[in-house]
Formats: sequence, C-alpha cells, structure tokens
Amino acid sequence: MAEIIGGIATSHVPAVGVAIDRDRTKEAYWEPYFAKLAPLRSWVKELNPDVCVLVYNDHATAFSLEVIPTFAIGLAESYRPADEGYGRRPVPDVEGHPELAWHLAQTLILDEFDMTLVNEMDVDHGLTVPLSVMFGEPDAWPCPVVPILVNVVQFPPPTGRRCYKLGQALRRAIGSFPGTERVLVVGTGGMSHQLQAERAGLLNPEFDHRFIDLLVNRPEDAAAIEHNEYLREAGSEGIELVMWLVMRGALPEHVTEVYRATHLPTSNTHNGLVALAP
Amino acid sequence: MQAYHSRKAFAMDEPNDAPNHAPNDAPPERSDYHDIPGTYVFDSVQSRKGYRLNMFCMSLNDARNRDSFRAGESDYLERYNLSSEHRTAVLTRDWLRMLELGGNIYYTAKLAACDGLSFQQLAARQTGMTEADYVAMMIAGGRPIDGNRSRTDPMWSSPLSRGDRSDRG
Repeated sequence: MAEIIGGIATSHVPAVGVAIDRDRTKEAYWEPYFAKLAPLRSWVKELNPDVCVLVYNDHATAFSLEVIPTFAIGLAESYRPADEGYGRRPVPDVEGHPELAWHLAQTLILDEFDMTLVNEMDVDHGLTVPLSVMFGEPDAWPCPVVPILVNVVQFPPPTGRRCYKLGQALRRAIGSFPGTERVLVVGTGGMSHQLQAERAGLLNPEFDHRFIDLLVNRPEDAAAIEHNEYLREAGSEGIELVMWLVMRGALPEHVTEVYRATHLPTSNTHNGLVALAP
Repeated sequence: MQAYHSRKAFAMDEPNDAPNHAPNDAPPERSDYHDIPGTYVFDSVQSRKGYRLNMFCMSLNDARNRDSFRAGESDYLERYNLSSEHRTAVLTRDWLRMLELGGNIYYTAKLAACDGLSFQQLAARQTGMTEADYVAMMIAGGRPIDGNRSRTDPMWSSPLSRGDRSDRG
C-alpha cells in the first residue's frame, strides 16, 4: 500500500518564481529567503518521494468565473506551466500520476468528498512555485504530481474544518492505493498577505506563528479558525491558509516538526515553510 | 447560508463587536466582514457586479488577446459588453475603482501584467502610496494589523483619505 512519508507547507508567491527564473536569487533582497530553503530542500532530497500530492488554488488560470469548483483533482498525464498574463514560466512540464489520481478521485467521492475531475489544464504559480521551492531548478521535476485544487478566490472557500477533513480522507485514500508509492503531501498558499485595495501590504506575523503552532500541535483548533478571522487577521488573501489544513489532515494526529522558517517580506507576503514527519 | 459564528480558535486582543452596517439586501455572511477596512471580499455581490470585467481580464491570459487589446483597447473592450463605469475604470487604469466595481484582484492582475506591472507595483497603486514607499513599508514589516482590523478602529484611516465610503455595496 502507498504511504505518506511527509508533509510540507509553503507559500506560493509568484515573485519567488520570477526571482528564480530571472536568476535573482543571490540579490540582497532575495538571498536571505533562499538561504532558508536550503534545509527544506535537503530534507526533501533525502526523503526522495515517489510522488507529491500538491494542494493549491488556481488563480484565474485553468478556471475562470465560468465554473468554480470548490475541490478539484487533476487526472492528466502531464500539465504545462500556464501563461498567467506574462508568459509561461520556463520550468519543466509537470508529470501527473493518473493511476494514483483516479484512485484518489474515486475513493474521495465515495468517501463523500465530491471532487471535480480535471483531465486537461495548465498549472499556474500556485503549483509550479512550490515545486521550485522544494526542488530548485532541475531539468525535469524529480517526481510526478497529483494536483488537488481548492477554491479560495470566490468567497466563500471551503471551511478550514472541511479542508482538514478532506486531508483525513486523502490519508485513507492514499493508504488504500495498491502500490508502493511513498507520498509527500504539500499544502500551499498563505501566510498573511493582502494584495488588494487600500489595506494591501497587510502582514500579521503574530497570527501566522500562532497558526503554525496550532497547525502542528493542535490541528483541530487550527481547523476551527473561521473565515472572518482569516480575512481580518491574515488579510484577504491570507485565507489561502485553509489549504495547509488539507496537508495537515493527511498526516497523523501527532507529528514531528522537522523544519520551520518564515521570511518577511517576499513581495507582499509573510512567507512560511513547514516540514512535518509522520 | 448560515452566518459565521464569532467563536474564535484563539483570542486576539482586538474588539470583534463592531456594529453591523451591512445593507439589508446583503447576504447574511457579509455582516461578519463588512467592517474590515480597505478590503473588498469577493463575495456574491462583488462577483455578480464584476463578472464581465473579470471575464475580460481573464481573456488576457492569451498572448494574442493581449496583442489585440494593446492594438486598440476600446475596440477590444466592445467584445465584453462592459458598463461605461467598467470601461472607464479599465481605460484609465483606476485599479481601486475596478475592485469597487466587482473586479477581483487575481483578474485585474492580468491587466496589470499586460501593462508590465508586477503584483507589488499593482498593490502599491491601489493604496495611493508611491512604489518606493510601498516597498519600504513591506521591508519594514508590512502594513501592521494594529489599527487595520476594523473601520470602527479609531486608528484606521484610509491611505487615500476616502474613509468610510458609503458606496462599498
């Protein structure tokens, strides 16, 4: 049976992708952030997962306002990095894992999580920046990816509790896959940031650190945080943190915090990195 | 839809008993976040107002569309049947007005990208700050949460001095 060997949470800031793609990671602004990635990258390299299940949100790329799935899963053989309005990122195509993805889709639906099934889509910075964060700049990504998408753009996103329960269902589904895959689950987005209107630039490191503490040690309490609190305390885009709860739900109740780092600012965002071992 | 309850997972030191200014026809969930200053939560009201504007922005994911928009903005906008308010906001790049009119930041960012702006440059332009001041604010730790939780907070004042706008919908 497939098994979950670790969990990672990371922000998915587009400017981090730009810094990598334009070779600016050694600049004074970026160097301290990329230095904090080094321990995370060594841990992932040592872990050497066979596949990543990566939870992210589409940012008006594969989905527009025409159709807005609350939860979706990618079933494709491969995915191209998307043109989000400024050309495609010069990173490798992302290989999918259709066998695992279909198993997860079927199992989750029968477990009462009504996933939208996606056979074709391009993937935006929400997915490709976390791959760059974890794996650097390889010629090909080291493992296939099963994308799981959560709507956080159109209010209301699913609740934190629902995301946590989806993670728990994901754990059951991965555990019943008839394969030997060692799976890394990745939750992305957040931490505090606001990109819009006069309050743009809001950061709340105190909220973010408390959130990580709860996520690691009292996940049920982290899952109980309500939308209004995210919007008010973490900024209108900080509500992406609900996607970290999908990752957390996929890990056991008690976990080991392998690594934690935060960096402020990366563009408009208080950037967070957390690695958990089951 | 059920309104969100005010129970908190952990205590924050801010009052959460702001009076309810939500209009009577607003969806019930609005009463929970309407007082967050300088913020347009992209809820049902905003989404319905901004649908055509956002779908125009979405079209700019395609490089051919970006070229044809740049070649003739007004003509290009004809395809999207925008209201005159929406058209004016787009043509004058009134980024904050686009949000007021139901634009969503991830969609208006497509228009900004078409103009060659980064997300940070776009963010700065919505606040009325210069880009240099905005970048400096972020490096110094960002806009602080204290004073920015609620429009009823005595420390809150809009950077654009618009204050408590009545047209927030």
